[in-house]
Amino acid sequence: MVRVDGGRGSSSLIQVRGLDKKYQRGSEEIHVLQGLNLDVDKGDFVAFMGPSGSGKTTLLNLIGGLDVPSAGSITVAGDEITHMSRSKLTEWRARHVGFVFQMYNLIPVLTAFQNVELPLLLTKLSKADRRKHVETALAIVGLVDRTDHYPRQLSGGQEQRVAIARAIVSDPTFLLCDELTGDLDRKSADEIMNLIQRLMKEFGKTVLMVTHDPVVAQRADVTLHLEKGVLVEAAKPEGVTAGGLA
Amino acid sequence: MKFRGLIFANLFRKKIRFLLTIGSFAVALFLFGLLAVVRGAFSQGVEVAGADRLVVINRVSIIQPLPLSYRERILQLRGVKTITFANWFGGVYQDERNFFPQFAIDIENQRKVYPELIVPEDQWQTFVKDRQGTIVGAATAKRFGWKIGDRIPLKSSFLPGPWEFNLDGIYHGQRRQDDETQFWFQWNYLEERVPDRLKGQIGWYVLRVENPDDSVRIAKQIDQLFANSPYETRTETEKAFAAGWVKQMGNIEFLILSIGGVVFFTLLLVTGNTMAIAVRERTAELAVLKAVGFSDRFVLLLVLAESLLIAILGGALGLGLAKLFTLGGDPTRGLLPFFYLPLKAIISGLGVALAVGVASGLLPAVGAMRLRVVDALRRV
Repeated sequence: MVRVDGGRGSSSLIQVRGLDKKYQRGSEEIHVLQGLNLDVDKGDFVAFMGPSGSGKTTLLNLIGGLDVPSAGSITVAGDEITHMSRSKLTEWRARHVGFVFQMYNLIPVLTAFQNVELPLLLTKLSKADRRKHVETALAIVGLVDRTDHYPRQLSGGQEQRVAIARAIVSDPTFLLCDELTGDLDRKSADEIMNLIQRLMKEFGKTVLMVTHDPVVAQRADVTLHLEKGVLVEAAKPEGVTAGGLA
Repeated sequence: MKFRGLIFANLFRKKIRFLLTIGSFAVALFLFGLLAVVRGAFSQGVEVAGADRLVVINRVSIIQPLPLSYRERILQLRGVKTITFANWFGGVYQDERNFFPQFAIDIENQRKVYPELIVPEDQWQTFVKDRQGTIVGAATAKRFGWKIGDRIPLKSSFLPGPWEFNLDGIYHGQRRQDDETQFWFQWNYLEERVPDRLKGQIGWYVLRVENPDDSVRIAKQIDQLFANSPYETRTETEKAFAAGWVKQMGNIEFLILSIGGVVFFTLLLVTGNTMAIAVRERTAELAVLKAVGFSDRFVLLLVLAESLLIAILGGALGLGLAKLFTLGGDPTRGLLPFFYLPLKAIISGLGVALAVGVASGLLPAVGAMRLRVVDALRRV
């Protein structure tokens, strides 16, 4: 269950409390997030919507340990990440977070296999074990026949599936998807969302997704709106419960 | 080693740029190799000079003679082991461009003073018995295709008549860097044919001392011995003499260092710029690497490894070509006494290439290390 009132105990997988993020632009201070609370349980699929500049990506970056908040705390699976050093945070990301970006961000000089293998290079797995993991991830996203293809030889949808395989290959605690269908046509976007739902249902993955697309957002269990730095009531009434969102 | 694929894939990303950068290194290191050869040719005499040898010349200049009578007086000094002398003979073989040094030598003591220049005993004995005999260094014999028994005519620029010599022997240096270009003939043969006013005169003395630590004292004693005479002397160690000889040709070392410095500074700018562009083009990729868990230090080393690999590949190629070039023979036709690229210069060249590789990759690497994922992804 997802809640935004900060009223739950410490049993949630992701627990955000009083999160503030300010940026300085010249002499102007921009308050992107203001005292934000959020609880996400294991296996939840949450979509964040909101106008440009509302702080969706900032929130995702903070939860993913790519950025540090101005105030507040983020705890993931018992680890308080807001006070971790840069190097600790890097290690933590490698273990717990799978990122999927709008522009896929695959490395063009590496094959699909090598791109997916990247996070495993940081582990102590043997070459044979790495191969097994990569083949499994590529099989899940339906690209076993494209292992030796370079990104330029793949369609946009296929590239995004390789990026998803890269995100899940090390079996992270949760996935963070930033506009993952933003660069795809409707058909490809549907395929990608089917895949994400499958990951959630079959493999119990927790997914936090930022999107501008209401059709895509509908695939999530819960949709939260960010407006002026504050999380507000969900747009999908059936996902909302009193005091929280179900 | 599991990161090898990542490093090489990045290296070959822009093949033309990669080849051009490698090419810059190769050209610079090829030039470095040739400069090292030239520098070696000028300074080798200094490096191989015997620590126990002193050279005595006329204080005015080396072209002014010294009396042969000084020989016995110098020999009497405490600590002098043996002494020999020689005269310069500016002969021309067929064409003035065929330069090689010719010396009229003292056959009794030549080998005692220069034991590192080896002549087979039977050839030496033939030479001693042959008034018109000559012994030449292996390099000069090879250069002109001379064989033992050949008759070699020389034209003297200051002495009349034809000068003909029988090639009785060929000497080899014990060490690779020993000079094998000299042409020796008997001093007595020269003495017979010079005008009376030049008789009893020699060009210079070379002596060996019992203990190199006494060299300074003995040199001082010799110069004091002949002070205020018509033929004052200047005595110095063979090393100092060779260094002075090099100096007469100008500050070769400075010239070579200046050229090398400019070349490597330019190379540094070229490769530094290339690496900076390469990193800038990959900002998003480096950000993704960091996002998935690669550390700042890893990213720093990744960029540095690419830069170093370019330096090593380009450097090895350039030095390899320089080595091949020197193995092809001396293009100056013997003007330089040595024409080879020593291992020491190859190692120094690789060291310089690595230093340029590190220096050119350092700034872009530090930039990549400091890159913030959030900022980098926002730029995409």
